[in-house]
Amino acid sequence: MTRRFSSFNMVSLTLGLAFLYLPIAILIIYSFNASRLVTVWGGWSLRWYAALLEDSAMLAAAWTTLRIALMSATAATVLGTMAALALTGRRRFHGRTLFAGMVYAPLVMPEVITGLSLLLLFVALDVDRGFWTVTIAHTTLTMCFVTVVVQSRLATFDRSLTEAAQDLGATPGRTFFLVTLPLIFPAIAAGWMLAFTLSIDDLVIASFTTGPGATTLPIRIYSEVRLGVKPEINAICTLMIATVAVGLTVVSLIGKRNAARRQRAAGAPL
Amino acid sequence: MVRFDRVGRRFGSVAAVDDLSLDIAANEFVALLGPSGCGKTTLLRMLAGFETPDTGRVLLDGKDISAVPPYRRPVNMMFQSYALFPHLTVAGNIAFGLKREGLPRGEIETRVAEMLALARLTGLGERKPDQLSGGQRQRVALARSLAKRPRVLLLDEPMAALDRKLREETQFELMELRRRLGLTFVIVTHDQEEAMVMADRIALMDKGRIVQTGAPAEIYERPRTRWAAQFIGDINIIEGRVAADGSGVATDALGLLRAPVPAGLKPGDAVVLAVRPEKIALATSGDNNVAGTVSEVGYRGDKSLYKVAVAGGLSMKAAVANAVRAGGPAMGLNDRVTLSWPADAGLVLPP
Repeated sequence: MTRRFSSFNMVSLTLGLAFLYLPIAILIIYSFNASRLVTVWGGWSLRWYAALLEDSAMLAAAWTTLRIALMSATAATVLGTMAALALTGRRRFHGRTLFAGMVYAPLVMPEVITGLSLLLLFVALDVDRGFWTVTIAHTTLTMCFVTVVVQSRLATFDRSLTEAAQDLGATPGRTFFLVTLPLIFPAIAAGWMLAFTLSIDDLVIASFTTGPGATTLPIRIYSEVRLGVKPEINAICTLMIATVAVGLTVVSLIGKRNAARRQRAAGAPL
Repeated sequence: MVRFDRVGRRFGSVAAVDDLSLDIAANEFVALLGPSGCGKTTLLRMLAGFETPDTGRVLLDGKDISAVPPYRRPVNMMFQSYALFPHLTVAGNIAFGLKREGLPRGEIETRVAEMLALARLTGLGERKPDQLSGGQRQRVALARSLAKRPRVLLLDEPMAALDRKLREETQFELMELRRRLGLTFVIVTHDQEEAMVMADRIALMDKGRIVQTGAPAEIYERPRTRWAAQFIGDINIIEGRVAADGSGVATDALGLLRAPVPAGLKPGDAVVLAVRPEKIALATSGDNNVAGTVSEVGYRGDKSLYKVAVAGGLSMKAAVANAVRAGGPAMGLNDRVTLSWPADAGLVLPP
């Protein structure tokens, strides 16, 4: 039995989506505005995208953000996957429950606190703040997200597969690279994408841990907006939205394809 | 060839395998049979190397392999879930173990083709496991575990996921394969029919110990304990004492029932008399005759199963082969019948 989509549901869905996407839609539309005044519509134009290419400070910030995101996402994926493997391993160790809980803590920790504590750490260690400190900070922030994603895949991982590999003569190391890694790779890729997008749009932690010469895009945008919204900001934001949207779509498509494949494998006729 | 020497393995406070010894000869087909949780799978996993015994040793060809990791043992296992690698093709799955041995490429290809033919999978080498039927997957798992030509092949409930018809076929295939290859097989199963059809010898297990080992017929016809008699097949159990003249079992309800009393039992010892239903006839010609009323009839086609209420509130079962074509079971509900069986059909067991 399929229930009709009631008018109440229709209205709440419309309102909800409007609430979420109207501001974004306005931002995207105004990025194509020909007028210099942000609030006055002056016809369609790509001039702010062209102007963006001239804005070397903005481009430098974008390049810094991209490099930080690539590096921190990669580091977070390696560390996060290792943590997930340790936490779901067959051999239990003392304090495993505690560690499993601690992995989740950064997910719910207010970013201000994470940022502040990292700042205090870097000051205490007397590290020059800049590119590397932001990268490290983003790695700490995003690692737990990777762990959660990979862990949930490992929870449904059939242990007899690794046993079968060992039974057939593969050492534990080879078993990992020949069997475990290829099978959990989609989850690792999804974790990487998540870490990448989180790093790109982080403002709070980056502002705490950055230093001279390492202005990220969100910091740059925020400081410019304080002096008034320029149409170039709309353009760069539209580009960021596009990047994140593409990333998340890829992740969800990978996830869907793998879920379908697993279901097919489990539900195939005997 | 394989020897479990007083092995034990505990999980927490539970002894999965408890001070167990078992010898398996070369080219023997041994079935580890028992209810779930009896330790049979743990024992098999010890031989594969996935469990290390807490006490005792596992020996292969006289060498202690207790501490040898699974990837260095000349033993292969077929998993209950088949554990096929979903990201590899059928051929890739079969070649997995051969590649780990570092065999040359041509040799691997020849062996994979050989295994595909053996498992009747020719032409399916390029398929992925999720494109196969359950029976085909089972044969891939078998081919993969045979590809390395192991000294001992371990089978963990290999047919649990197959339907009855396919299971029977596969059982005969396995037996033929085994005759051809001359391998040592150790199979874990909770299906007694499977164990009896295929194995040379059954090791009956309960609570981490071996209750009895022997050829299938020996386990079935000469169980040594009441538990073993009741676990394998169907059996009538009547409690009583050894008769004063030693000619059988004296029971309260059914009087003296004649049966061979083993040496070592004295008159008056508490015992049970065990009789298989198919050894009981509905006639009055045996050494033991018991009158009763049919209380339930189960018609199974090849045979009919009767539950008969006898004196003392006891109930006995008799299985009668339907050797002649007829419209149904020979006896109906509430018919008066006499159950009879020869003295040597009965087993006198400790209570």
